[in-house]
Amino acid sequence: MAGKTISEKILSVKSGCDARAGDIVICRADYALGTDGSTPMALDYFEAMGGHRVHDPGRILFALDHYAPATSRHTAQLHRRMRDFAAVHGIRLYDVGEGIGHQIVVESGRALPGGLVVGADSHAVTYGALNAFGTGIGSSDLAAILMCGQMWLRVPETIRVTLHGRLPDSVYPKDIALALAKALGADGATYQALEFDGSGIETLDLDDRLVIANLAVEMGAKNAVFPADEKTLACVKHSSDACVTAPDADARYVRQVEIVLDALVPQVALPHQVDRVEAIANAAGRSVQMVYLGTCTGGRVRDFHQARDVIKAGGGVAAGVQLVVTPASREVLETLARDGTLADLISFGAVIQAPGCGSCCGTCGAIPGDGVNVISTANRNFKGRMGNGAANIYLASPASCAAAAVRGAIADPREIQ
Amino acid sequence: MTAFRREGRARVFGDDVNTDYIIASRRKRDSLDPLVLRQYLFEEIDPRFAASVRPGDILVAGKNFGCGSAMEVAVTALLGAGIHAVLARGFSRTYYRNAVNNGLLPVICDTTRIHEGDSLDVDYENGLSVRNATTGETIGAEEVPGIMLDILSAGGLVPYMREYGDFRI
Repeated sequence: MAGKTISEKILSVKSGCDARAGDIVICRADYALGTDGSTPMALDYFEAMGGHRVHDPGRILFALDHYAPATSRHTAQLHRRMRDFAAVHGIRLYDVGEGIGHQIVVESGRALPGGLVVGADSHAVTYGALNAFGTGIGSSDLAAILMCGQMWLRVPETIRVTLHGRLPDSVYPKDIALALAKALGADGATYQALEFDGSGIETLDLDDRLVIANLAVEMGAKNAVFPADEKTLACVKHSSDACVTAPDADARYVRQVEIVLDALVPQVALPHQVDRVEAIANAAGRSVQMVYLGTCTGGRVRDFHQARDVIKAGGGVAAGVQLVVTPASREVLETLARDGTLADLISFGAVIQAPGCGSCCGTCGAIPGDGVNVISTANRNFKGRMGNGAANIYLASPASCAAAAVRGAIADPREIQ
Repeated sequence: MTAFRREGRARVFGDDVNTDYIIASRRKRDSLDPLVLRQYLFEEIDPRFAASVRPGDILVAGKNFGCGSAMEVAVTALLGAGIHAVLARGFSRTYYRNAVNNGLLPVICDTTRIHEGDSLDVDYENGLSVRNATTGETIGAEEVPGIMLDILSAGGLVPYMREYGDFRI
């Protein structure tokens, strides 16, 4: 019998079965995240299911991130309901301003090598950067976890993505992810896992891998998993609980994709599809009125450093450009405040929003006007995504977004640095 | 199995209809009530849809229906409008899961020859199939895998959990 992929191995451990691609297994997740976007509905389902007691509250966390801060009486009441439920059932709740749930899962050490962590939010795929199986679920599945601690999962087939070489200057992990989205298409990995390997991985730090894993769901992937190495273990807080998981040499893959990092150039996703990707040079010159730095893709310390460096090198933000900054978490914000980046961004005229999902899905924060071209470090550019269907959203790396801020138009960041 | 019988008029969309197109994220900020959300269905891509939808209508789409966010209102808002089945060449996994959990029948089949307004009859006899009464064609559909069939048969995850209390395979 063939060997196993990382995903098959993790789900075998978590289900207690010999899990093979195509099987359906019942698992107990190490942790399950609910956000203010998904949990209020989950509590409705929980009550409708007859739920009274949360099965294992220590494995649940709530994050108030989609409406941070609350933008209406209704959203304030959703928060209140979550706080009350969390207090009654002993669930750890991260309140408004603590940051995006996915970033908190990572920072708090809940995503561990070999772990199974789910989130009632599609970007739970991010945790795979740490060699965990991370996947998104809906509110009803979260309710079932609250009830019984269990979930079912279909064991995914795996696409192996091999990264060769090293990224050139001014090319970033977001460019790898966008190039992969173009190669696979928006449904190229549906129901399947991405498993990364190759010599290029060791050139990527953990923050880089988080960006790539985060975008996997835009290709339809169920999860995206990296192997664990010294860099992974150095970032893991409770490393004694880590269960580093490597694939078997004879594991079976449904497809093999190769990316030569040295050959990559800065990329951009054009409105309104994440897989409508071009070399950014092909879109250069299109005017930009809003630049968005933040989200669970591009809202970490390193992202803001890269953007700050480009804006500084370019001599500041062009007139007529609104620069909006949303750190992914309070920890990120504190670091930016300590190391001077925040002061730099403020001096460039940036609007600083509370840590959280911010403007990404139009639920809080700055909204672009009609006809406005936005370039963003986020993961989605669907029409209306940021709260206005008459705006156009481009997706690119923090450095490319910063280059657009400098020029007032889409630009190749290599021309500025 | 009666749990799978659906009859209705085809309402046709294209490929890659994401959940924000079904119902914008910002709408769930103001209400989670499907009867409220139904007013805003497909507002970005088909502003006339919400006023013209009729109970029993069957959504028909191309590949990758329900991609993007895992938000479950993208399922319940359709149910709120009286839509109880979606036919597509493919679904995002979170949408498929959410559909099953709410008793919205997701049918994976070749939708290329179904046109707006066609009269469709979805049934389960020796497997899931779709009859297009307008063209007379019968379209084979992919089987619904094990536990999902049980959840759909129960009427969704709420009745399933009320009956069993946990998952059984």
